[in-house]
Amino acid sequence: MQDHETNPPPGAETRRSGEVLLEARGITKQFGDVRANDDVSLVLRAGEIHALLGENGAGKSTLVKILYGALEPNAGTLHWRGAPVRISSPAEARALGIGMVFQHFSLFEALTVAENIALALPGGTPLRDLAKRIRSVSQDYGLALDPDAIVADLPVGIRQRIEIVRCLLQEPKLIIMDEPTSVLTPQEADQLFLTLERLTAEGCAILYISHRLEEVKRICHHATIMRHGKVVMECDPAQETAGSLARLMVGSAVHDLKRGAQVAESAPRLELRGLSAPPDGPFSVALQDIDLSVKGGEVVAIAGIAGNGQGELFDLLSGERRAQDSGAIVIDGTASGHLGITHRRRQGCGFVPEERLGHGAVPGLRLSENIVLTRHGTGDGLVRGGMLDMGLARRMEQRIKSNFDVRMSHDDPEARALSGGNLQKFVIGRELDRTPGVLVVNQPTWGVDAGAAALIRQELIDLSRQGSAVLVISQDLDEIFEVADRIAVISRGHLSPAEPAVQLTRERIGLLMGGLEEGQGKAHHAA
Amino acid sequence: MGGYESILLTVITAATPLLLAAIGELVVERSGVLNLGVEGMMIVGAVLGFAGAQATGSAYIGALCALGAGMGLALLFGFLTLHLVANQVATGLALTLLGLGLAGMIGEAFVGQPGIRLERLHIPGLSTLPFIGPVLFGQDLLVYLSLALVAGVSFVLFRTRAGLIIRAVGDNHGSAHALGVSVIRVRYLAVLFGGACAGLAGGYLSLAYTPQWVEGMTAGRGWIALALVVFSTWRPLRLLAGAYLFGAVGILQFHAQAHGVAIPSQFLTALPYLATIIVLVMISRNRVLTRINTPACLGQPFVPDR
Repeated sequence: MQDHETNPPPGAETRRSGEVLLEARGITKQFGDVRANDDVSLVLRAGEIHALLGENGAGKSTLVKILYGALEPNAGTLHWRGAPVRISSPAEARALGIGMVFQHFSLFEALTVAENIALALPGGTPLRDLAKRIRSVSQDYGLALDPDAIVADLPVGIRQRIEIVRCLLQEPKLIIMDEPTSVLTPQEADQLFLTLERLTAEGCAILYISHRLEEVKRICHHATIMRHGKVVMECDPAQETAGSLARLMVGSAVHDLKRGAQVAESAPRLELRGLSAPPDGPFSVALQDIDLSVKGGEVVAIAGIAGNGQGELFDLLSGERRAQDSGAIVIDGTASGHLGITHRRRQGCGFVPEERLGHGAVPGLRLSENIVLTRHGTGDGLVRGGMLDMGLARRMEQRIKSNFDVRMSHDDPEARALSGGNLQKFVIGRELDRTPGVLVVNQPTWGVDAGAAALIRQELIDLSRQGSAVLVISQDLDEIFEVADRIAVISRGHLSPAEPAVQLTRERIGLLMGGLEEGQGKAHHAA
Repeated sequence: MGGYESILLTVITAATPLLLAAIGELVVERSGVLNLGVEGMMIVGAVLGFAGAQATGSAYIGALCALGAGMGLALLFGFLTLHLVANQVATGLALTLLGLGLAGMIGEAFVGQPGIRLERLHIPGLSTLPFIGPVLFGQDLLVYLSLALVAGVSFVLFRTRAGLIIRAVGDNHGSAHALGVSVIRVRYLAVLFGGACAGLAGGYLSLAYTPQWVEGMTAGRGWIALALVVFSTWRPLRLLAGAYLFGAVGILQFHAQAHGVAIPSQFLTALPYLATIIVLVMISRNRVLTRINTPACLGQPFVPDR
């Protein structure tokens, strides 16, 4: 097995000879007028990491749900180790040995980590023993977890770990992973890749869905590419380039980002001066003396491992939580720490939170109604004499839809009806539509396909070049290097000084993420 | 000291029906279902419990009839809301109206008849203890059962896999379904348990509290039980505290009125509600804990997608 890792090209072919674990033949699934899967066939072999590629809406999630028994196909058959099977529930899938790591977390927020994992395992293990197993397995795979923590208090990165550890504890033969690295740091992702190598060496098959083509090229032995519900191509990703894979997925070339020249010296539009905040919950992070200045015309990115204070910082910036010291947050020269969200929006700020469904948009409300929610108090004319102008809101919705390529099956749907990438385009488009002077975005392209991510990143750069200050909080280093002019790193509530992106290396950022210069100048923290 | 004993005794009798009905509803709501029909299930339990006891001469068979009556209405509720996915709030309200009407009709023949009282069980050795003996160890079966249910529900919910599944279904039915839990079955069982408890609570009224049938004898206790569940933040032990506090203040204000305390009687009558709300709001002030204990899917319809 070691040979394959060092010489991937011949390895890819030999891997294809592994025992066939699961085979899907001619899977078709119809949702109303949309054919989400059209005659899809797929062969998964033991010891193979099989990439499933495609844009958002290409039908990957539907196919995966069918393999996992969460959906029933309209036509087609599944075969487990050569014998036809009907997988009519996730429990049956698990009984066969199929495990799944979900992209949209299937966790119970009110329960502890151990309770969440216990629910996916057969009964009989006392919770205390399970907690021990969780500790040892999660340490073993470098995905440390506290079994007694309550999920509601945990950031997305840690939640992803729970999903992965939960799946590993089921000791599956086939693991389906939907975007497992989207919220992991490079180091965490590397750790996961080692885990995957180990699992395949043990004869496990892995179906791997990711939008990160570089990582697919690096770890996957075989790839199936889907477009509009159909399999368009099978290939060995190591033989392809990221560009050629992207072209196969999208059906046309994905453009590189256009950076444009940075606007010459301008005044800071968003300043943080010694911003500190105590933790607001038992598992939240305290922010320590954060200084940062974002000028008009630049994109500043904050890198960091999930759960190091990004969410807390965003809440303080957006005004969801007020700062204790009003002068700690200065927007266009005005002390704004005490102001609420609507006030800050009126000052020309825009905010895009991390969680698009539930935080960025109300799932059960139409898009136009979601526009009213963020723009009713910003002087856009949506409220006149206490009455809503829904006609205007719908025109805004149309405008955002066409400017940001938001695809929907019918006009003005409920937010929950949009796919993840399309909703993200809408949520960001809603803010950009106002041309905010200061834009703060948390995880702008989490779980979004290559095409949509490129569009969103380009829009962020373009906004800054019009003279706005853009602050991007992200855990995706590729994204940060693509968009940022300067980069700061957050670690356990401390923010490193922002440095020009061209002077920073990934290694240095990795070290900063690990807390290298945490609490700079404070003796007790100097590493 | 006989006076104090009798006060304590009446506190227990006042608290028991509330506790019985509320502990059942707590389990129902933990599974994510809001059944506002507690009052209706209680009153049908009261009348059929009375009828069962009259027909057989046994108060215990009466209590069983009450239990069955509550479950019957709960089954109807479950069929409408879980199978046919009817609106839970509207169905629950309709269930209360149906129960009140049904009970009035069935009970017409029983008005004014002397009832059969559930016997007090004297625990040998303990019930003769001075002062506390008769109060703590000379109660009827349903009083002990209500306390055992609180302990049992608390244990099952927080210490067993079955309880974990109930809480998981109430927190996120979509994820529970994805993990292969039969959401509808879990909810059916919870709703039936809630119905059995509400029926028994009604039976307690017509078999122990005042052994007779009076139309509308539940007098809003089903609604109080519902409120207690919410104010106790879905925690069984707080529910016990709330039910007894409500019972105690209710009885004490009676005695205060009887002694001619110079406070308007309307205020005294409102006192149990005020006291219970204030105390339960105080103990559930911790917002983090409240959020964790509130079933996130409460009242939401569930349709599995296939």
